[in-house]
Amino acid sequence: MEKEAGPGAAAMRIDDPWYEAPDSGWGVPDGARAIAADERSVPVEQYRHSAAEIYLEVQRSPAFREVRRRYRRFVAPAAALFMLWYLAYVIVATTAHDLMARPVVGVLNVAMLAGLGQFLTTFLLTWAYARHARLHRDRDALELRWETQEMTRGAGR
Amino acid sequence: MRGDHQTLALLLFSVFVAVTLGITTWVSRNRQGSAEEFYAGGRLFSPMENGFAIAGDYMSAASFLGISGLIALFGYDGMLYSVGFLVAWLVVLLLVAELVRNCGRFTLADVVAARMAERPVRTALGTSSVTVSVLYLVAQMVGAGSLVALLLGGTSDTARSWTVVGVGALMVIYVSLGGMRATTWIQIVKAVLLMAGAVALTVLVLVRFHGDINALLTSAAERSGKGTDFLSPGLRYGGSWTARFDFISLGLALVLGTAGLPHILSRFYTVPTARAARRSVVWSIGLIGSFYLMTIVLGFGAAALVGSADVRASNASGNTAVPLLALVLGGGEGSTGGTVLFAVVAAIAFATILAVVAGITLASSASVAHDLYASFRRPGGKQRSEVGVARVAAAGIGVVAIGLGLLAQNLNVAFLVGLAFAVAASANLPALLYSLFWRNFTTRGAVWAVYGGLLPAVLLVLLSPVVSGSPTSLFPGVDLALFPLENPGLVSIPAGFLAGWIGTVTSPEPPDPAKHAETEVRSLTGAGAA
Repeated sequence: MEKEAGPGAAAMRIDDPWYEAPDSGWGVPDGARAIAADERSVPVEQYRHSAAEIYLEVQRSPAFREVRRRYRRFVAPAAALFMLWYLAYVIVATTAHDLMARPVVGVLNVAMLAGLGQFLTTFLLTWAYARHARLHRDRDALELRWETQEMTRGAGR
Repeated sequence: MRGDHQTLALLLFSVFVAVTLGITTWVSRNRQGSAEEFYAGGRLFSPMENGFAIAGDYMSAASFLGISGLIALFGYDGMLYSVGFLVAWLVVLLLVAELVRNCGRFTLADVVAARMAERPVRTALGTSSVTVSVLYLVAQMVGAGSLVALLLGGTSDTARSWTVVGVGALMVIYVSLGGMRATTWIQIVKAVLLMAGAVALTVLVLVRFHGDINALLTSAAERSGKGTDFLSPGLRYGGSWTARFDFISLGLALVLGTAGLPHILSRFYTVPTARAARRSVVWSIGLIGSFYLMTIVLGFGAAALVGSADVRASNASGNTAVPLLALVLGGGEGSTGGTVLFAVVAAIAFATILAVVAGITLASSASVAHDLYASFRRPGGKQRSEVGVARVAAAGIGVVAIGLGLLAQNLNVAFLVGLAFAVAASANLPALLYSLFWRNFTTRGAVWAVYGGLLPAVLLVLLSPVVSGSPTSLFPGVDLALFPLENPGLVSIPAGFLAGWIGTVTSPEPPDPAKHAETEVRSLTGAGAA
């Protein structure tokens, strides 16, 4: 789990420069992260022309990059881990019969426990991902969504 | 006695058909076909409802009948299927569900085509989606056929054929009249029935062994005739290296295929937001995971109580293990309990088939109308006509599925589903993942990724022992089996990813950074989501 969103995440969302001063900068919500300063120097009118430019600009914004970073920081290692664990399981199950057949408790052998372990890790990772997304991503993503939609509303395509 | 449980099963099944037809008419009253309504059910289902519906779509007859059957016949090797089917959901949850919900409107092609030249990409993904759906449909049809063969005593080929035709007709009615809304409710009803049935049987099995898993596994191993080998891998996939590679291939296809199944992806559009899509996947992982844990108990239970030999005698691929288990659990052939339980299980399995078939038909009719038809028609046509096309397409797909379903009667349904997964993982998944995560992905890359996965997958199946060259194949008389594996995934999935990469790096057009920015921003924030 990452530490960035904690109390800070709650504090940063109310203060939204886009709504208060539309021509001073586009909606990067965060004072706490000290990222909005250089964005504000960009004149807004210039980016009202096309949706494509707005999306490019949002993509470059620190707020978006933070959301993306949090998503990737969780998903990339998690996906790599469970794929490796699953592939290892499949390959060992097909090649190392003697290892898998070794009894552990009663008739439960290594193979059975590994299979049940796959179920368990799937449930655990599901829980961890849902929790991570809820705590560290949802709120910021939603704000970006409204801001981006606000900006693209008048934009030509 | 045969007559008794036949009548009861038919009665229960008629009740299910009546209820679902009722749902279809009730749901479709006063709703005139907008595309939003037809393909996505108005997008207002709750995460829990959609989670049940996803589970309903996913827990097909192949799982209920096929996997428990494989476990009953081959012990541990059957269990490998359930693990693959479940772990696959992590791919969906982590990489696909939310992003697809944010970027697309109705189909998988929406997501990819948003970044690319629309027409070739839609055509490619429409084609591959329809291929996957038809393969999956055939699996369900075969399941329906073997179930009826069991119910009616196994000999009546006419009855079997009429069942397949009847299932096909019903699914066309559900889909073309009720669209996504009716289909979703049917899935929910079915998921509840299936879970209830599985829980009841599992409890009965465990009660039989006084809750002692050790005793269950021991007697399963004894009655299988294989001893403790039954509880460790290798009975089905252990012999030759061909068989081992076949299994690794299947394992890869299972875990990567789910995220490319059109009827699963289209479910995410029935909820309002990406967050709701995520929560519905969490629901469905809970349901599906517990269901597969139960199929393991049922499979070993069938081996222990019915015996592997009897299961094989009833159906060579093991598809009838669970109904036979129900018969034994209720008190055996001739008892009231056995009759009732057998009938209930048969009816649930039938309901399962019907619901899954409806879900796939809907997804493939969406692929035909929204992707294929829309990319070929003249610009400026009305939305209304697209839904009309989808309704006609549902009927056409029904006919194709019936035809193929009659042809493929004797293949194991879990195996057929494995094929559908392999095609989905080779053709749909590379294009989808590249377009969500790779900045430099281009139109040519997308088109090559789809065909570069689809063609090898289909070709390798045609050249595999499934189609020709072995006594159990579709055409035993001819021998064209150049490719030794039954499942093409090991070759065709890397081929799809590789083709997408080659297509991208060789393409003359530069990637469009603005389109990539749009996809990335929309996928992670939900800006502009339908």
